[in-house]
Amino acid sequence: MQPEHQGVAVTVLVSVGRHPLTGRARRADQDARGLELALGLEERLPGSRINLLHAGPRCEESESALRGYLGMGAGTGLEHLTLLEQPEGADAIPALAEHLASATPQLVITGARAERGEGSGLLPYALAEHLGWPLVNGLAAVEKVEHGVATLLQALPRGQRRRLQVRLPAIVSVDGAAPAPRQSAFGPARRAQLEVTPLAAERDHELAEWAMAPARKRPKRLKIIKSASARDRFKAAAAKAEGGSGQVLEGVSSEQGADAILKLLREEGVLPR
Amino acid sequence: MTKMLRRDPRREWIARNRLHPEHASVLREQGEGAVSEWLGPSGVIRKNPRAIGFIGPSGIKRIDRSGAQQGGQATGSSHQAAQDSRRTVTIEAPAFLVAVVPELTGGRLSGHDKDLLGLARRLADADPERPGAVLAVIFGQHKGEGGGELKEQAFGEAGIDRLLHLEDDAYVGFAPEARLAALSTVERELAPRHWLLPDSPLGGADLGRRLALRLGERPATGVWQIESDTEALSGWRCTARGAAESLDIQRQLPRVALALAECAEPVDETRHAAEPLSLTTAVPRALSRIEDLGQVAVDPAGVALAEAEFILSGGNGVKDWDGFHHAAKVLGATEGASRVAVDDGYMARDRQVGATGTWVTARVYLAVGISGAIQHLQGIQSCDKVVAINMDPGCDMIKRADLAVIGEAAEILAALVAKVEQQRGGQRDAA
Repeated sequence: MQPEHQGVAVTVLVSVGRHPLTGRARRADQDARGLELALGLEERLPGSRINLLHAGPRCEESESALRGYLGMGAGTGLEHLTLLEQPEGADAIPALAEHLASATPQLVITGARAERGEGSGLLPYALAEHLGWPLVNGLAAVEKVEHGVATLLQALPRGQRRRLQVRLPAIVSVDGAAPAPRQSAFGPARRAQLEVTPLAAERDHELAEWAMAPARKRPKRLKIIKSASARDRFKAAAAKAEGGSGQVLEGVSSEQGADAILKLLREEGVLPR
Repeated sequence: MTKMLRRDPRREWIARNRLHPEHASVLREQGEGAVSEWLGPSGVIRKNPRAIGFIGPSGIKRIDRSGAQQGGQATGSSHQAAQDSRRTVTIEAPAFLVAVVPELTGGRLSGHDKDLLGLARRLADADPERPGAVLAVIFGQHKGEGGGELKEQAFGEAGIDRLLHLEDDAYVGFAPEARLAALSTVERELAPRHWLLPDSPLGGADLGRRLALRLGERPATGVWQIESDTEALSGWRCTARGAAESLDIQRQLPRVALALAECAEPVDETRHAAEPLSLTTAVPRALSRIEDLGQVAVDPAGVALAEAEFILSGGNGVKDWDGFHHAAKVLGATEGASRVAVDDGYMARDRQVGATGTWVTARVYLAVGISGAIQHLQGIQSCDKVVAINMDPGCDMIKRADLAVIGEAAEILAALVAKVEQQRGGQRDAA
C-alpha cells in the first residue's frame, strides 16, 4: 500500500483549560493528551493531517491558551487552528457539528470533560448523536488504522485495557489514561496561525438559568450506628475492623488450602485465562 | 411458630423484682441455670455468684452489669435483632417508576450503586400517599450475597422494588449500542419518571450520557445532592459538580441524572420486593459499529498498587521470596508487601501496603504471612475479599479475612501455583 493512502484526517477538539490552583487559562490537560495521541498517530501513519478545532470567544487569555496546543506541533505538520468565534455563553455543539459535517474528518479526538463552564462531558456524546458516528470513551492508545477500521485500546479502571475495533468515521474521547502531553514550544506557538471564522451564536439559555458557585466541600459521611443501647453503640465505635463471617481452614493439608483459595479466585474472576 | 419469642411482661417484672413472693419460682422456670439471688431463711439475701453472667464467645465468663441480662433472661443475638429490624415494604401499584441502572462491578452492587438506590428511594418515597417504585435494570450476570433466594434479597435490601434482568450475549463487554437499545425499549414500555445512573467510569458515565441524548434530555452530571423544590417542574432541585470539580451548579433535576458516590444514604431500614419484571416486546438488534475484542493482558507489575485489582502481598511469614515472586507472576497479581518485608529489604518501598504506604482498593487481596497490624488493616479497608495464609490462627488478619488458611505459606503457595499451572497446561492440551 502506498504511504499517502495510509494517512487519516484527524480533527482534535481543543478547549481552554483552567489551572486547578491559580485558575488561569491554560491548555486543557485532557485535550493536550488527545493532541499528543494524534501527533503519535501522525508519526506512525505518514500522510495524516491534524486539524485543531475550537469554538469559543477570542480574547488574549484564550488565545495564549490555544497557542499552547500549536506549540506542541513544532517540527510536525501541525500549523494552524480553526477558531469558530462565538461570544461567551454560546452553545458550541451546533457550530462544531456543522463544521465537522462539512470537513468530514475520519477521526475526531476530544478530551472527556472541559475544565470550565458546565464541564459535563456531554459534548462528544452530543456530537456523536448529531453526526450519527460511533463513540468510544476513555481511549488509551490507537493501535492501527486500516481500511477504514481503527483498532483502539480503551482504558478501564484498575489499569486494565480493552481492545476495540471501530468503523471510521468515529469520535473518541480521552481522559487521564492517555499518554502525557509533550511540552509546548513557545516560538512555534507565537508564529502559528489562528484561522478565525466568526459565527452567528446560538445562546445556551438553560446554562444561563443555573446558579453557579465555587465548589463547596462535600460533607463527610458519618458512620451511623443505629442501636438503642449505649453499650452496643460503644462496642461498634471501639471495634476493630472485622470481616465477621470469615471462613477459617485449620488443620488442612496445603493441597486442600490451595483448592479453597483457587475456588475463591475463580469465583471472583481475577485469574488470567 | 416455635421460633417466635413470646414475651410475658408480668413474668419479666416478677423476675426483676426480687421481693416478689414468686420471684424464685419464675427465675427457675426462665433460666436454665440456678437462681442467683434469694431470701435466706433468716431474712438475709443470699447470692450465688456462680449463677450470674454468661459464657462469652471466647469461652470466658462475662458479667454484664448494663441491665441487658437482668432477670437471667438471655437476649437474642444482636445480629438477629438487626436482621429483624428491617421493615418489609411492598408497592403493589406504583404511581410512577424511578429507573436505576447500577454498574454492578464484578456482578455485585457496589457502594456507589447502593447510594444511588438510596437516592432513587428518596425520589420514589417523597409522597407517602402515592409512592413510586424503584426499577433496577441490570445487564448480564450478577452475584448476590449467597445463592438462590438470598440473591434477590440482596437486591431487595438495597431498595429495589422491580428488577428487570436483561441477559443476552450482546450486552457482554463494551456494548453501549446494544445496552442503549435495551434502555430505549424500557423507556418506550415503562416510561420511568426519572432515570438515575452512577457517574462512574465503568459503564454509568458513558451509558448515561448516551441515554440522555437519545431521549433528548440534558442530563445533570456529577449530582451529589438533591432537595425538594416546589417551583421546579420535577419538584426537585439538584446540586452538581462542574468544571473539573471546581463549580457547584444548582439547577432543576432533569429526567436523567448521573450521580456521584455518597449522593444519598443507602437503604438500611426497609426491605423491598425486588419483583422480577420482563419486557413484552423484544429489544431491537442494533447494528454495532464498535466491536469488543476483549481485555488485553497488561503487565500486573506495571499497575499502580492503589488501583490494582488483585494483590498478592507478602509479610514477615514469607521465607521463600523467589517462590513468592513466581506465584505473583503465575497468578497475574500485583505484588504488595507489609512494612516488615519492606524494612527488611525484600520489597521496594513503593510496594508497601498500609497507613504509611499505599491504601489499596483491590477486589481480592491475598495476604501471605501477614499478621495484620492495625496500620496494615487500615490500608486494606476498602478491599472486597481478603484471603489470608498464615501460621497463627489467632492473628488479626485472620479475623479480617473472608477466607483464611492456616499453614506453611510456602507450601500452600507452591500448591496453588502448581494447580493453576496444571489447569492452564490442561487447557492448552485441549486447545
